[in-house]
Amino acid sequence: MPLLEIRNLKKSFGGVMAIGGVDLAVEKGEIVSIIGPNGAGKTSLFNVISGIFPPDEGEIIFNGVNIAGHSPSEITKAGIARTFQNVRLFPNLTVLENVKVGQHCRTRRGIWSAIFQTKGYREEERLIEEKAKEILSFFGTRLVGYRFEQPAFVLSYANRRRLEIARAMATEPTLLLLDEPTAGMNPRETAELTELIGKLRSDKGFTVVMIEHDMRVVGEVSDRVVVLDHGVKIAEGTYQEVSTNENVIEAYLGRPTELRKTTTEEQKA
Amino acid sequence: MTAATVDAAAPRTARFDVRRLLRYGGLAGLAMVFVAATGMLETFNNRLLIRPILSMGYLILLSAPFVMGYLVGKRTEIEGVETAPRTSADVVLAIVAGLIAGLITALFAALVDTFPGLRGTFPRMGPQMVSLLTFDRGVGIGFLILPAVAAVLGALGVAMHWLSDRLRKALGVGALTVVSTAIFESVVKDVFDWFSTLPRFLYHTAGGLSVVSAIVLFVVAAGASFFLQGRKVPGLGSLTSADTGERRRSSLIAAAVVLVLTIVLPQLLGGVLNELLTNVGLFLLMGLGLNIVVGYAGLLDLGYVAFFAVGAYTMALLTSPLSAVPFQLNWWQAFPIVLLMAALAGVFVGTPVIRMRGDYLAIVTLGFGEIVRYLFLSDWLSPFFGGAQGVRRIPGIPVGSNEIGGSDITQFVYFTLFFVAIAAYISWRLQDSRIGRAWAAMREDEDIAEAVGIDTVKAKLLAFVTGAVLASFAGALFAAKVGTVFAHSFEIIVSIIILVVVIVGGMGNIAGVAVGALVLIGVLGGPNQPGLLQEFGEYKLLVYGALLIFMMLQKPEGLLPSARRARELHQEEYLQDAWLDKEGRFVGQEQEA
Amino acid sequence: MTATTAEAATRVRKSFRPSWVDLFLWAIRIGAIVIIAWGLIGSILNFAAGRGLSATQWRDLIVAALSQGAMYGLLALGYSMVYGVLGFINFAHGEVFMSGAMVGFIAANWLFDAGIWAANPILSLFIVLVVAMLTSTLVAILVERVAYRKLRGAPRLIPLITSIGVSFFLQYTFAALFGVAVRSYPQVPESFRGALNIGGFRIAWSSVLVIVVAILSMIGLWYFVTRTKSGQAMRAVAEDKEIAALMGIDVDRTIVTVFAVGGAMAGVAALMWAILFRGVNFFTGFLPGIKAFTSAVLGGIGNLVGAMGGGVLLGLFEGVGPLLILGGLGIPGVSQLKDVVAFTALVLVLVFRPSGIFGERLGSEDRV
Repeated sequence: MPLLEIRNLKKSFGGVMAIGGVDLAVEKGEIVSIIGPNGAGKTSLFNVISGIFPPDEGEIIFNGVNIAGHSPSEITKAGIARTFQNVRLFPNLTVLENVKVGQHCRTRRGIWSAIFQTKGYREEERLIEEKAKEILSFFGTRLVGYRFEQPAFVLSYANRRRLEIARAMATEPTLLLLDEPTAGMNPRETAELTELIGKLRSDKGFTVVMIEHDMRVVGEVSDRVVVLDHGVKIAEGTYQEVSTNENVIEAYLGRPTELRKTTTEEQKA
Repeated sequence: MTAATVDAAAPRTARFDVRRLLRYGGLAGLAMVFVAATGMLETFNNRLLIRPILSMGYLILLSAPFVMGYLVGKRTEIEGVETAPRTSADVVLAIVAGLIAGLITALFAALVDTFPGLRGTFPRMGPQMVSLLTFDRGVGIGFLILPAVAAVLGALGVAMHWLSDRLRKALGVGALTVVSTAIFESVVKDVFDWFSTLPRFLYHTAGGLSVVSAIVLFVVAAGASFFLQGRKVPGLGSLTSADTGERRRSSLIAAAVVLVLTIVLPQLLGGVLNELLTNVGLFLLMGLGLNIVVGYAGLLDLGYVAFFAVGAYTMALLTSPLSAVPFQLNWWQAFPIVLLMAALAGVFVGTPVIRMRGDYLAIVTLGFGEIVRYLFLSDWLSPFFGGAQGVRRIPGIPVGSNEIGGSDITQFVYFTLFFVAIAAYISWRLQDSRIGRAWAAMREDEDIAEAVGIDTVKAKLLAFVTGAVLASFAGALFAAKVGTVFAHSFEIIVSIIILVVVIVGGMGNIAGVAVGALVLIGVLGGPNQPGLLQEFGEYKLLVYGALLIFMMLQKPEGLLPSARRARELHQEEYLQDAWLDKEGRFVGQEQEA
Repeated sequence: MTATTAEAATRVRKSFRPSWVDLFLWAIRIGAIVIIAWGLIGSILNFAAGRGLSATQWRDLIVAALSQGAMYGLLALGYSMVYGVLGFINFAHGEVFMSGAMVGFIAANWLFDAGIWAANPILSLFIVLVVAMLTSTLVAILVERVAYRKLRGAPRLIPLITSIGVSFFLQYTFAALFGVAVRSYPQVPESFRGALNIGGFRIAWSSVLVIVVAILSMIGLWYFVTRTKSGQAMRAVAEDKEIAALMGIDVDRTIVTVFAVGGAMAGVAALMWAILFRGVNFFTGFLPGIKAFTSAVLGGIGNLVGAMGGGVLLGLFEGVGPLLILGGLGIPGVSQLKDVVAFTALVLVLVFRPSGIFGERLGSEDRV
């Protein structure tokens, strides 16, 4: 059984079809890239999977449960975490706090234990802190030490992206959805992050689905590539297969032949 | 960043500028006319700060040209932009603007003097006001005094900029000490009851500081400030530090000091001041509760008084022998039920508004607050809630064989402070807890909080319920204190005043709320309770409104901001220092960038 | 492959999972409907049995409610326009209205003392109208300049809190200047006191006057917004401030215009208040302000025609509702509960229909 199985997913916004019946299966331990031209419905797909918008139709089976229509927090709790295309952190919380917030759904101590500072509460807070620091150390020295206490808004763009991934990791997901993780990074940072994405699977055991525009990243890390265009899946396979697929080339570059054909047809008519 | 924006439009050269002159002079003049026309001058003239030369009324009136002069000399310092130097042109401008301000006010006085009929419409504009504006010197020569005084004060204001920072600060501390010692006259007299030489030296027998003591106080305070500046004194200053460790340490010291004070102070104070302290405590309780809702969770609740009302009415109904409830409990037995009712009210108000955008939430909660009050007031429900008469004969809090109510105010203070301590402890513990982080995240970005796994429905309700329970502490105490609970105590203005307390003090910060409650409720007074400056009575709400505007425009993070808020509202400054660690050492650029 | 997709499609369950919040809201909804229906039935039975108000009394009540609703509508325009353009609730708008009514009172009083009020009623009312409009406009512009301009782009709640401060500041400034006592406008001139006979209905002159003035102001406003250059600039700024600025529109000036127009309409509403109720004091603006805001939301905030419609609906609901519904339930002291009904309407509208019944018209920045 696949970890995530999407069947005939549909979503439209005010008459505009964003996702028009997508089927997708992701096996545990895979790294799947979703590519496609702008406006192909990639981010909408993420938004629907993570519960930000409920789907109009279709099923999202995660770990054998249909999560379509559940609230984002429930879906996160079920084990799907995501990052956003335009990094969205809690800018005024510190780096450490941002990651700690991510562990909210994996911890459970409530108001009473916080007020009475029970042993269990203190133990849990200690664990949260340890865990947060451990996750941040995944990114080398970039987010540790004096960075812990800095508010997130002082971070550089690349570090914000890293922190967002750290926050997602803190929710202890089985499936990680990364929305354009290398957007806006320079080649060096991109190379570094590409390596990290590989490590997310090999060291941390996450299954990763990512939207990515940088084909080098896509080619380097993904087991499988899914191509969307106009809300529909037009191709699927390894990077090599997809990159030579005619439909894909069409979607990105357009189809001059067809254009000619229509004009000749029009002339006939 | 602050008042400097006034200058933003002004040209950067120090050339004498007529438009600037008219603007400063006009604004200061308007401010003075406002003080006179609203009757503040007249009302506050009865409160002498330094007998016989300075009353509260004149202090307010004459601060206008002084502040104006100060602003004339103030320069915005923007990095990379050359700041215009202060020249004698500024001094001339301040003097002439002061003159203009004084003239406007004098003209206004002349107008009032010429048309006595104005009094029919504007009850404050009478001969009394005119005589105050002319310093009792009659209509002719008297009109010239005010412009002269205003011009001198304008010059003094601008002259402040020529002093060294250190001296200027020292003078400020001196002035503040004199004014606050005068305001806290009754407190000082009560506290130093055992050492009456001090109050007898400080204060004139008829009230107010004497001239000599004012001078002595000023010199001592200014001198102390001048010599101590720059030395590290642990205390309030570091409470606002953004550094967590330092903040925690100084908070502990402050908490210890406050604890000692709360134990000792009620013993020293007399009945009137203990009454005042109780009111401060009640508002502090509500402020702490609202702080959780607004400051932590970011939900602007404008009907917060409803929870106070629910607490007070529940306590009243359960304990009063005259209520419709067939059984009577004592205060302690009723207390858990009060909390339960408040929590239920929190859920009831919280649930419908849970998916609402922030500003609509504010208005709906306001609506709820008013509905609750009207229902308590209505004839329809009067068999139960007593209508306009309210619920009477509420007993005090039984302790041993005594019942402590409003008449045993010295003991009652301790109860209030005890619950304040509990509320403060709860707020403190929740702030950095798991749920506190969830609230902070929700306040920052609700959608993202939901997306990282925080159940925002639950988090919001928890905030509402916790806030409601803290307000019901205050309600239960209030019922026992006043003995009669009726709907007029729960008007919307109470909610607004609590909000002002939280905002002025510093949203999200416990110490801030405490300072806000002490300064505002203690000095100005609550909606129906007089503060130390009883004369403020009718102008209290005007001042609260003005304070709210001023704080939002100039210092939205409050007097003692929380670390998070301080960061939020001063991002630019923080970013400039981002490469420095807390000792101020350069830690370098991003390595890879 | 296609077969399985089709099969999957047929198996799709529309996952409707009501949370307990939804259940709670439905309970309130059903409760409200039951109470209203019960009250209505009670009233109809009362009416059929010849108890309670007579048909003429009901009609008068409705006409009075309509004219009051027209006043709310004019006031609602101010809330709606500011929300549409700046995206925040100008809580102080009720006080803008109050200031017009207070200063208008001075003018009316002076006219009365000078004998002009009795001699030339139409002119007098016109002068009062002009004074009230000028005052309200001036106050609105001042408030924008002093309090709101610096807060452009601040989080939505910051200007709201500021406007609450402005509201209380204005209220108590007027209380300090004029005293707290209720001042009464002079009696409406003799010629207006009677009733007008329209198609067999006798309708009080004052109600007719108010409704006519409201309609005229509405037409004027509509012309201004759709046909003039400033009106177009206003709409452009509401849509997107940055783009409008790039197109050469002076955003600051346009926003001042918005406040000025809103203030002027509040001034007209102030005259209506004077005609309908006569008594004014510093607190006059608070409740009408809240009700007008409710009307603005009810009509769809940002939607000017909607604001007027919302005002009329709220006026009807408030004027007739207490007697019709609460009276039908047999609750005593109904007039006392008038404001409860208004606030309940506020809560119900905001909870269940926050986008209004005529649809919101908001700029792209304000759509959340």
